[in-house]
Formats: sequence, structure tokens, C-alpha cells
Amino acid sequence: MTFSATPIDGSIKVFVPRDAAARSVGADEVAERIEAAAKATGHQIEVVRNGSRGMLWLEPLVEVETPHGRVGYGPVAPEDVDGLVAAGMLDGAALTVGAYLGVVEELPWMKRQQRLTFARVGVIDPRSADDHAEYEGNAGLRKALSMTPAEVVEEVVDSGLRGRGGAGFPTGIKWRTVLGAASDLKFVCCNADEGDSGTFADRMLIEGDPFTLIEGMTIAAYAVGAGEGYVYLRSEYPDAVETLNAAIRTARDLGWLGKNILGSDLDFDLHVRVGAGAYICGEETSMLESLEGKRGMVRAKPPIPALEGLFGRPTVVNNVLSLATIPTILANGAATYAGYGMGRSLGTNVFQLGGNVARGGIVETAFGITLGELVNDLGGGTASGRPTRAVQVGGPLGAYLPVELFDLPMDYEAFAAVGAMVGHGGIVVFDETVDMSAMARFAFEFCAEESCGKCTPCRVGAVRGVETIDRIRNGEDRKKNLVLLDDLCDLMTDGSLCAMGGLTPLPVRSAVRHFGKDFGS
Amino acid sequence: MTSEVITPAPVPAPGRADRVRELATELRGLRGALIPILHAVQEDLGYVDQTDIPVIADVLNLAVAEVHGVVTFYKDFRREPAGRTTVRICQAEACRSVGAEALAEHAKRRTGVGFGETTYDGRVTVDEVFCLGNCALGPAVQVGDKLHGRVTPARLDAILGEAR
Repeated sequence: MTFSATPIDGSIKVFVPRDAAARSVGADEVAERIEAAAKATGHQIEVVRNGSRGMLWLEPLVEVETPHGRVGYGPVAPEDVDGLVAAGMLDGAALTVGAYLGVVEELPWMKRQQRLTFARVGVIDPRSADDHAEYEGNAGLRKALSMTPAEVVEEVVDSGLRGRGGAGFPTGIKWRTVLGAASDLKFVCCNADEGDSGTFADRMLIEGDPFTLIEGMTIAAYAVGAGEGYVYLRSEYPDAVETLNAAIRTARDLGWLGKNILGSDLDFDLHVRVGAGAYICGEETSMLESLEGKRGMVRAKPPIPALEGLFGRPTVVNNVLSLATIPTILANGAATYAGYGMGRSLGTNVFQLGGNVARGGIVETAFGITLGELVNDLGGGTASGRPTRAVQVGGPLGAYLPVELFDLPMDYEAFAAVGAMVGHGGIVVFDETVDMSAMARFAFEFCAEESCGKCTPCRVGAVRGVETIDRIRNGEDRKKNLVLLDDLCDLMTDGSLCAMGGLTPLPVRSAVRHFGKDFGS
Repeated sequence: MTSEVITPAPVPAPGRADRVRELATELRGLRGALIPILHAVQEDLGYVDQTDIPVIADVLNLAVAEVHGVVTFYKDFRREPAGRTTVRICQAEACRSVGAEALAEHAKRRTGVGFGETTYDGRVTVDEVFCLGNCALGPAVQVGDKLHGRVTPARLDAILGEAR
């Protein structure tokens, strides 16, 4: 089914998200009930399955188009639909019931954000190429094609964009290396193996605006001279796999992929490869091994993937959010993008609030917003209503931070200075019931489970870590074992081949440092 | 103690090897074809049998050991048939912050099986998963391909009850 961008003969546009998170709490049933209720009450409606606005605590969030903007109702349970329709929901009526939210764009949560990467997510029908085009889609690609590849690379360098996957390496510098490498075959690979707990922005971008990712990868291909692209997408995201595959097929039909893209000399095609349940494949060299059809064993660097990547060829490896930000940088200029942010963390970042949080979801805003503003002002504190005790920022390999550090600005360097990392921008909230020694134990347990096994510090260290924390928790030689734990963390940090073993000490050490009480000290 | 019930190794259905060869041959032209082939075999035949491995190795001109190594590296590839419904309960940090461990304990008590195991009637396989990308609406559970959010023990009972 496709939907036109403009309503057909005066029918009312009603938006019910297709996003997996919205579906997980009943969006499909809500859409069905709305269709049925509209029929019964004689409303002529057109249901658009959009992406999610990212206000996940309000899902399923129903929006109705009105002359003064899109009016929201949420959360709407399937059994609420008939009552809401009877009360005038399909006319966009201002209801006195709790579900009525007013104009969605005017909500404080939305007003607080600067959506550049996520500009279209939740707004458009993700499967509609017409919608993409209408909302300035391909403007970045058209601009890029009017420049030389080297100019495109320098534009990305000037934007200050750093890798959003977690490492924060300047994207433009990486591209410059690939552009400078001589090879008849180069690749652009998108890392969509979003395995970090507390992160879901890659999934929501792909499900909510897949054409923007395709556009970003196409620009990357043009800039570095690549002919083929791969999106390594995790198998845990079946909805995203389906949406992206559908978008790629549409893009090929429209000449947005394939030969002579948009009438230019650029040839580029894109393929989805589905992962197979290995967290380590989010590490770029492990991902390349997996794309080659092998075990996801980490490679030693150098050689860097930019020079010897997929099948030994020069390869751009970027995260979904990095690539999806490229179109807006090209369309609106590097200076505009670099006008957001602070220090060396320029532009916006897509933060994700999850875990025990009252208002969880997507917050895209300039770097520099504080952790406390995100968790308290936007997130509204815990979902349980108990005091917040800890937040973990940056996934399973990120540090646990106490509320005393809530003044910390979201900035790569500020986080590094306190032994933490921004990572992929996920923030998981825990209330006062959390046992931090159990979370530290879990960090090691997870590392032991997911280690590729290539280097000893990670493979064996993680197991020894679980044992040491168990001894501490059991009260055996606490002091001695805490020293031993510290020594083990040093060894894993310095001796591991990749971030899996190298960063597991981050959550462990931060838990000991900030929540020593839970370790009996 | 000797068990009276001997679970026989699954006997591959007749024609299975031909079907595996067909699937592998169809996809062999892809770059890095092995993982797409293994996904296709599992999708079509339910799991990756030990007897499939030499067939795939032959089609791709790889050593049997290489294919075996890949099959055993990735958690997705099952070595035996799963139950008719697979229920995966997220055990990662965000879901733990809202009670995922207690939910897993509840599932174990209710079904009588642990993670990675299938109920005796072959109805349900219960497993753990680390992150389904539904971290603001946890605890998250995946039933087949369908994601569920804010899963309470009562809701999980309903899900398990519907699994036939």
C-alpha cells in the first residue's frame, strides 16, 4: 500500500506509527480499530503508518491532521479507540480526557529538541519515496553530485561530524583516507549492529526514514569512489530489515540506486546483510569478518579498514546515525551543522532515554545539554517514582554515573575526563533498588558471553572478573579482591585487542568508584 | 543413573540435503555468502543440521571445519529444531532496570524450562536475548518476529498461553 503526500478528496489523515516499539504496545491493533471505527461513523480517513516521534511513553501515539497542525492522542490502547472516535478524535477535537495532547510539534518535549538527523522520523511515511522527496529528500545528494568528491569530503571534515557509533572518530578524516587509497573496488559499510542495551536510534531511523540512510551512503560512495555498499543489520530487528529492504527496492526502481544515480555518472548499489546474534559484530573489524561470511573474530589494527577493509579493499565503515546525518550536512552546509554543539563535539546527537525512566525515547539536541537535563527535565526521572540512583551512558561498555555527576555536559571530552563515554548516546536509568555490584558482575558476565575469544585479556579476564566480584559479594577478603579487581581492569584495558575487553572495565570501575557501598567498602 | 527416555538425534528429513544444496547454490554468488545461506537454511528448514554442513561447504568450496566454525560462532543458528513458538526475553541492562530478571524467573517457573530449552510438548522454546531495541518500553520480549513491550508476568502468561 502506498500513500500520497496530499490527502485524497478531503479524507482525514490519521497517523499511527509502524515503529516496532509502537507495535510492541499495540499500534497495529489501534490502527485496525481506527479503520473500523471510521467506517462505522462515516469518517473518510487515510491511515498513514509513520515512524515514531520518539515519545515512546506515549505510544501508541495517534496523530490527526488538522488545519492548525497534527494533533496527538496518546497513549491510545486498542480498547480506547471507539470512545475516542465517538468523542471526536478523528476531527482533531480537543478532548478533556488524558489522551489528548494538543499539537504534537508544540509539545515541550519536541520544542526542546533540534532535530536534524531525525528531522523526518515520525513525520513521514517511511515507505513513501514521494514523502521523502517532498520533505527535501535527496537535496544533500544533489548538492554532493554538484561538487567534486574531494569537496564533499572536506565539507564533512568541516562539519566536525564524529562517528556516532561510539568511538567518535572524525567521519571526514576517515573518508579522506578512503578517497586517497587507490583501488578499483571500494566499499561503504553501514554498521547497524546496534547491540548496546539502551540504544535504539539506529532502529528507529531505519524504520522511520530509511531513504535518508540510503542517501547518506550514496553520498559517501560518491565522496570516496565506492561502487558497493552493505548495511550490516542485526537479526534482532526484523521490522527494520523489512523496511530497509523495501526502501532499497524502491530506490532502485526510481534510479536513486544503481547505474547513473539521479542522472549522474555515479553507479552505486546497496545490500542488506542480516547479522546472526553476535554482539561483537558491532565492532567494526568483527563486522567486516562477518560480512565476509566468517566467524566474527576481531582483527588487529593496523591495517585500518579505511585502507584494508572488506575483502581487503579500502572501506568506509560508519554508524547509521553518522551516515544519516550526511544529507543534512550537505544540504544545509557544514557551517550550519558545526554551529551546534560545544568544544570538539559539534552538531547534534541523538540521545536515547531508556530503562527505568518515566518519559523514555529519542532526544536529538546539540551536544552540551547536561546529563541531568536529559534524565530529569526530559526523562522526568524514574518510571517507578523512586529516586534515581545511577545511569549508564553509552551501552554495556559505558560507565555507571551517580546523580552527583548530573551537571556533566554531553560532550565526548567531558565524559572521557571522568572515565566515562558518550558512546552511541544511550542513557539507561536505574532507581535506588539497583545493586551495583550485581550490575558490575553482569558487565563481566556479558563480556564472557560475547567475547570473540581471540585475545586472552578479554576471553579469560571476563571470567576471572565474574569470579572476583562473586568473592567480593560473598565477603571473602574484600580488600584484597578489590585490589585484584583493579589490577584485572588495568590488564584488560591495556591488553585487549578491541573495545569489548578494553572497555568492560569502564562499567566495573565506575560502579566500584561511585557506589562502593554495594561492594562492602 | 540411566535415563529411560532417550532423545534421539533428529533424523534429517529425506530430501533435506537436496534442498540445502538448492538454497546454497541459489545464494552462492553473493559476497560473503555463507551467513545468508545459513539464514536461508534455518528459515526454510527450521535449524541447521550437522549433515547440512558438508553440503554447504561443498557448494562454497570451503573446508567443512570453516563452515562448522561459523555455524557454532553465531547464537542465531540452531543445531536442532526449536519449539513451534520461540519466546525470547531481553536480559540486557535497560530491561534489567525494570524487572527483566524476575520476568525470566517467572517464565522458567511457568514453562519448566530454562533458557535455550524447549517444553516437552514442543510448543515453546524460551531463550534470552541481549537487547531488542525497545529499551524505553521494557521489559521487552520477542515472540517469533513480533516485539512486545512493558511485559508483565500476567502478559507473559497470556503470550505463553497463546503459543500453540
